[in-house]
Amino acid sequence: MEDKNKQLDNLLNEAEDLRKNIGNRLHDDLTEGIYVDAAKIVGDSVYTKDKKRAFRMDRAIDNIVTSRIWGFPIMLLLLGIVLWITIIGANYPSRMLSTLLIDIVYPFLKGVGESLHFPVWLSGILIDGVYLATAWVVAVMLPPMAIFFPLFTLLEDFGYLPRVAFNLDNLFRKAGAHGKQALTMSMGFGCNAAGVVATRIIDSPRERLIAIITNNFSLCNGRWPTQILIATIFIGAVVPEGLSHIVATGSVIGIAVLGIGFTFLVSWFLSKTMLKGEASFFVLELPPYRPPRIWQTIYTSIIDRTLVVLGRAVMFAAPAGAVIWLISNIDIEGQSIAVWAINAFDPFALFIGLNGVILLAYIVAIPANEIVIPTILMLTVLSINSITGGSGAGVLFDGNEPEVANILHAGGWTLLTGINLMLFSLLHNPCSTTIYTIYKETGSVKWTTVATVLPIIMGFIVCFLVTQLWHLFA
Amino acid sequence: MNEICNTCKYNTASGLKKLGEKVTDYDYVVALAGNPNTGKSTVFNTLTGLRQHTGNWPGKTVATAMGSFSYLDKTFKLVDLPGTYSLLSTSEDEEIARDFILFGKPDVTIVVADAGRLERNLNLALQILEITDKAVLCLNLMDEAARHGVEVDDRTLARDLGIPVVPTTARSNKGMDNLLQTIYDLAENKIVTQPHRIKNVLGETATAIEKLSNKLTDLYPGLPNSRWIAMRLLEGDTSIITALKEGRLG
Repeated sequence: MEDKNKQLDNLLNEAEDLRKNIGNRLHDDLTEGIYVDAAKIVGDSVYTKDKKRAFRMDRAIDNIVTSRIWGFPIMLLLLGIVLWITIIGANYPSRMLSTLLIDIVYPFLKGVGESLHFPVWLSGILIDGVYLATAWVVAVMLPPMAIFFPLFTLLEDFGYLPRVAFNLDNLFRKAGAHGKQALTMSMGFGCNAAGVVATRIIDSPRERLIAIITNNFSLCNGRWPTQILIATIFIGAVVPEGLSHIVATGSVIGIAVLGIGFTFLVSWFLSKTMLKGEASFFVLELPPYRPPRIWQTIYTSIIDRTLVVLGRAVMFAAPAGAVIWLISNIDIEGQSIAVWAINAFDPFALFIGLNGVILLAYIVAIPANEIVIPTILMLTVLSINSITGGSGAGVLFDGNEPEVANILHAGGWTLLTGINLMLFSLLHNPCSTTIYTIYKETGSVKWTTVATVLPIIMGFIVCFLVTQLWHLFA
Repeated sequence: MNEICNTCKYNTASGLKKLGEKVTDYDYVVALAGNPNTGKSTVFNTLTGLRQHTGNWPGKTVATAMGSFSYLDKTFKLVDLPGTYSLLSTSEDEEIARDFILFGKPDVTIVVADAGRLERNLNLALQILEITDKAVLCLNLMDEAARHGVEVDDRTLARDLGIPVVPTTARSNKGMDNLLQTIYDLAENKIVTQPHRIKNVLGETATAIEKLSNKLTDLYPGLPNSRWIAMRLLEGDTSIITALKEGRLG
């Protein structure tokens, strides 16, 4: 054994000597050797009929979608079409679902609770809390997701994402970041946790950290419905009926583009300060366009993405519903905890153009962005009730858009609140799953904290500035 | 395929049972390697019945996914490795793939290649054949290659590479029965391979590799990939040096 170890040491020493001798030539010699072999093998077994024709279609499409002039407009147009179909299409099923779950099932469950002589707290937690929050998540989230995800997946299957990366590469390099960040950013539009994991395709640790920290600026699927709903209610409502869908779509695109803008800005900032360095070189392969298999894509994206995300939302919504009911119904000195919290947050929140309900909702909804809107609605109804002396904190409302609008207007919301909520939904801490993923990927408390706190601070600043400008001009 | 096909004795794929994520008891480990965006995850899904997210962009799979299936009387654990163009660099995805094939010692390695872009894909395949000799080339995306006017003579290719070559179109489930049978035969040692070794390495580098490789085989008789380890030693790969010292190789 001893002898063998000695022999191994000798061998390793010899290898080291040879290595110094050969040095950098090794890589070139090897690669060259492999290429010569590969070329020879291919020459003997591959026959190409007409070299000119091959991949002609692909190149023709690429010349358009990655061209200097048309690249960006086409990107925005495609995003616009996807969002527009989502906004138009989600409306009707959303209304049906909320009628079913909230107008029909909810009173039925209440009735069952009564006939079983549930104590008030039990039916409160279970039906007013857990059930209602869950029902809200399903009614608000399911239709937009069931439309948005398949459309997005079709684009992905077709091979469009690498073209987006190609278009954005130059901008990323100017920001001192890695061009592949365009891909992880696109993944973030689905789910930030997935986007953070996807940064493993970036080799340089510096550029990878930048990609991780800025991934949160990609609107994730938990936030698209919030954007779409608020845009429809507040921004779509200030223009004539015929234009409302287009304007709402435009404003959601605006927020998404703003997020991309923040990605560049923060990447640039980080690469000039905390993460100094030059952008590294990389090769990106533009894969062939493949005709998407439409039915299979729709099926798998509904099973894989929509139901998984919805399941996660429901899992977090159920306990959050219980928490909302509890903080709304446990009184301290004649006022519920929620009202105390809302009142405590209000001065600061109103100062930056939001309100206490929104901040409290974002705290309750740290586990999942998906439940922000339901939480806001339940808390708003609750605080209206406590002001008007409505009967208890039993929460009952219809789920369609005008009704949601009425609730929010009654809660003192204005167009400014709506805009600020959209901005804050873009700029706030990542959800707890993403935070945990960032910690797992970076293994660093410091960078996890930066990735968590930085967006909140930016959110506060941006909302504050918008509010000041609004008051200045309005 | 419908029920009748699944039980028909002329259907060689009828022995396939997709076992999803159940990976506890298995007879053989099978690794899926290949260039990015050649359809590894599609092959993975077809064999295991799982629904790993597939997408048309390179680098989609960044972690290894596992699943299992059984074919005839044997159960296989299938590991979907990240797609790479090479195994020579130090990026994380290449290290994951390299370490798994080298240290995980899979019983069979499926190298998925894009039939329409074979030359570039062989770059990786030739490197894998330096590490393991139990490999099969899955010549995927045959439909696309045909559409682009590319024809591949898979028999000549198999002879030159010294391993089985199976043309497939995993997206529409074509050729998967042959692939299954080949995996089975390789695992059961019913197919003997004579993998191609990289021949055209230049001058001093070639001599150095030969020299080290011979010493390695003296020290560890039966080491299947001494040339590859020699290359890594010349690269100064510390994980290989550690592995040799800890006796995990050879």
